[in-house]
Amino acid sequence: MNARSGFPTLLYKELLRFWKVGFQTIAAPVVTSLLYLLIFSHVLAAHVRVYETVSYSAFLVPGLVMMSVLQNAFANSSSSLIQSKVTGNIVFVLLPPLSYAEFFAAYTLAAMARGLLVGAGLLAVTAWFVELRWNAPHWILAFGALGGAILGTLGIIAGIWADKFDQLAAFQNFLIMPLTFLSGVFYSIHSLPEFWRTISHYNPVFYMVDGFRYGFIGMSDFPPGVSLAVVAGCFVGLAGLTLLLLKTGYKLRM
Amino acid sequence: MQPAIEVLQVAKRFGAVQALAGVDLTVRQGEFFGLLGPNGAGKTTLISALAGLVRADAGEMRIMGHDVVADYRHARRLLGVVPQELVFDPFFTVRETLRIQSGYFGLRDNERWIDALLDHLDLTGKADANMRSLSGGMKRRVLVAQALVHRPPVIVLDEPTAGVDVELRQGLWQFVRGLNRDGHTIVLTTHYLEEAESLCGRIAMLKAGRIVALDTTSNLLDRLSGHRLRLRLAAGSPLPEALAARCGSSGTIDLELRTYDEVEDVLRLLKVAGARIEDMEVGRPDLEQVFVEVMRKS
Repeated sequence: MNARSGFPTLLYKELLRFWKVGFQTIAAPVVTSLLYLLIFSHVLAAHVRVYETVSYSAFLVPGLVMMSVLQNAFANSSSSLIQSKVTGNIVFVLLPPLSYAEFFAAYTLAAMARGLLVGAGLLAVTAWFVELRWNAPHWILAFGALGGAILGTLGIIAGIWADKFDQLAAFQNFLIMPLTFLSGVFYSIHSLPEFWRTISHYNPVFYMVDGFRYGFIGMSDFPPGVSLAVVAGCFVGLAGLTLLLLKTGYKLRM
Repeated sequence: MQPAIEVLQVAKRFGAVQALAGVDLTVRQGEFFGLLGPNGAGKTTLISALAGLVRADAGEMRIMGHDVVADYRHARRLLGVVPQELVFDPFFTVRETLRIQSGYFGLRDNERWIDALLDHLDLTGKADANMRSLSGGMKRRVLVAQALVHRPPVIVLDEPTAGVDVELRQGLWQFVRGLNRDGHTIVLTTHYLEEAESLCGRIAMLKAGRIVALDTTSNLLDRLSGHRLRLRLAAGSPLPEALAARCGSSGTIDLELRTYDEVEDVLRLLKVAGARIEDMEVGRPDLEQVFVEVMRKS
């Protein structure tokens, strides 16, 4: 009997799923982020200078790129799962001999791929009118990949937990959006009052954005090595939780 | 030879509902087996537990000797399930759907079998059509193809003809009969009891999560002894007093007889009364009558 793994096909299916509606899943988020950039950089460029040697636009672009990576990674895994659950076609992946680890890996990698594609698309477009620095590309890749993996994992948790689309929307609007918008995408946390600066240190997305930005401009609010450790720790914790949910069949295998 | 399916003391509870209450069942390789029961009897729960969609609270289940929990990878490769619900993935075409399903089972180069399935199920012309554009009957056929794409020796069909037109139903049964002749074990749940009677060699009847009857189809039919006599009389025919109470408004009389000799007695009574018979039918009880009787008594 052929005992090859079904993992490559599940990954391919998840990639094909968003690729087939690329206008909605890739092009639209790039345009949305571009609008953020145009508006914020136009309004704030003359008034805000976070670091002396870096323009506000050059500061903003990495944050917006990371925010796009994170939001789209989350959207990919969560929407795929909730749609499959609501329409019932989740049985097609539950009936085959796929292990819970293969399931996790396929959904997480596809989410990372979409997030990174949107991020790359946004970088490609902004490179035309914002002069970007590429201080340490390995930090960019490390934080981009880990950030996408974390939000992709959170998307799996949300997709498994939610029974209805509005529950998923609540997860997205009351958890993911505040965490990403309050993570220093548009500002440095050093510009915040002491209380909010302390609170920001408990937001894991702050470390993702800060470390990712360091890869571009070579400056950060927090040492990038420490940020990477925090982000990696978050991923390990969330991955462990997700694998446990999948292993026990929570809300998937009754 | 290993049984195709072994179910040992399987129990499952959903909140206050005991969906399965200690089910024992063995299906031999090559059988065409029927699983019957009223709605909520536990048929779909039992199938779902076999397929790993539901986790049993107690008991053991094996497909061709492989435990569905401890050795799920082997067990699932040996099982093909056609789900009851008409589900599909709207992102893909028919061919993509089958290629993807094939790949989930580790089969990367399965194009010849996919083409054969499309041909057998009359879907070749729709191979490149998006799943959304198919009629309900076509979607049902794609579900059958998905269940067979990895050539499983054991196939479970959960009410595959619900809401399906006669032509498709006949085509589907012809195809499934062929699979059974080729050695595949078939387990069928259906509410169309005449289908189960004509297709299944053995039948289990479930009620409230328990098996209340399990036997060959012919033995089950023999449970109800006697014969059925149906007569239709010409309009205005006089009726003997003994039969008057059995006559329906349309002029038909349904009688249950212990032996064929009693037919003679009935005909003599009618002749004496001067009644003229337009149509007469003598038959044995069907599975539906057996089913009703079993459910009533259990």
